[in-house]
Amino acid sequence: MLMQSETLDRPSTPPAPPAPGRAGKDRTAVKAEPKMSEQTLWMIAVRDNRDKAAFAALFDFFAPRLKHFVMRGGIGSGQAEEVVQEVMLTVWRKAAMFDPERAQVSSWIYQIARNRQIDKMRRENRPLPEALAHEPDSEPDAGQVIALEQETSQLKRALSRLKPEQREMIEKAYLGELTHQQIKHQTGLPLGTIKSRIRLGLDRLRHELKSIREP
Amino acid sequence: MNTITHHIPEPILAAYAAGALEHPFALVVAAHLSLCDECRVSFEAHEAVGGVLLEQTTPEALSPDLKVGLMQMLDAPFEPEPVFRRSGAYPGPVMEALKGRPPRWKRLGGGVRQTILSAGEAGSARLLYIPAGQAVPDHGHNGLELTLVLQGSFSDEAGQFRVGDVEIADDTLEHTPVAGAGADCICLAATDAPLRFSSLIPRLLQPIFRI
Repeated sequence: MLMQSETLDRPSTPPAPPAPGRAGKDRTAVKAEPKMSEQTLWMIAVRDNRDKAAFAALFDFFAPRLKHFVMRGGIGSGQAEEVVQEVMLTVWRKAAMFDPERAQVSSWIYQIARNRQIDKMRRENRPLPEALAHEPDSEPDAGQVIALEQETSQLKRALSRLKPEQREMIEKAYLGELTHQQIKHQTGLPLGTIKSRIRLGLDRLRHELKSIREP
Repeated sequence: MNTITHHIPEPILAAYAAGALEHPFALVVAAHLSLCDECRVSFEAHEAVGGVLLEQTTPEALSPDLKVGLMQMLDAPFEPEPVFRRSGAYPGPVMEALKGRPPRWKRLGGGVRQTILSAGEAGSARLLYIPAGQAVPDHGHNGLELTLVLQGSFSDEAGQFRVGDVEIADDTLEHTPVAGAGADCICLAATDAPLRFSSLIPRLLQPIFRI
């Protein structure tokens, strides 16, 4: 049902020629030659080559956004920068855990930032699921990485189509500004809109997890 | 491994992803995610949403020395955080809550034993050990209770729960969980309010055992 109601850019679909202006709202973002995003390439360079220039590039993009994110939680600029520094240092130190076939750089950093904030707020370690091992030496499957990136772009578009108040609610939920009771009562509404997009990524991730567990 | 049929409901998973769950519940969710690929996938999809929001956030100006300071820290030696691995029936997050040691069981009566993992204002998390075929005293809940089966199985008014399954109980459920006949049952249980026992003796014991 959801599949029919929206135009989906499937990885197997031949890329549409870049359209001038806004013709075909879902197709304009399809690149003529899909390749891994800059962010992913930077993160792989940090992971595999301990590349400091790539890390600096990641810092320039993410650190100012992380600061805004952290300050929404009600802490001042100085303290927020401490958190940003700790998060980015964790990105450097735990780079080996980054698996571009399963997560975007932004999701991975988001998760590190939330863990750090929660540990700081509650003064206890947030319980985390067991890490899944991936083979650090294996070349990432570019097709898999790009497919995940394309699904994330769709998620971005779905998020940008939300009404301002829905968008606000989503931001509050994912920034930890709602209690679980509030999420229980309120996420149904705006999350429903993007759930179909999330679902799209699920089969792919599930397949990926299965291959990790059953090599 | 058997098939997990009772999963973490979506709102609780969303709350966990956002970091809005209290510690005892977060522990149950983290333990379940360690056992259940289906829920892990949903969780990672939530992280993808969080990541997109992060990317689309308005940048905030940084102090100029922040980056310089950080770049200088990259080569500094550091202690990696300890990694708690699964041990027997206990997934990594439970081993972390146990601080890497085997549980120290305390008797609750009727062969039932427990180990408190955490107890505080946010609620409590504990391991319960129920001998095969044995019942846990009939009780209701004042708040929310999440119970994850780590070994064996139990059945109650809501159905049968096997390894990896989570039972969600709230103040509408009065139940008498009974461990399956095959093996002793070990559960991880989290509550945000004291349980409401129907009979007098467990009620009297409650303050002592913090259940």
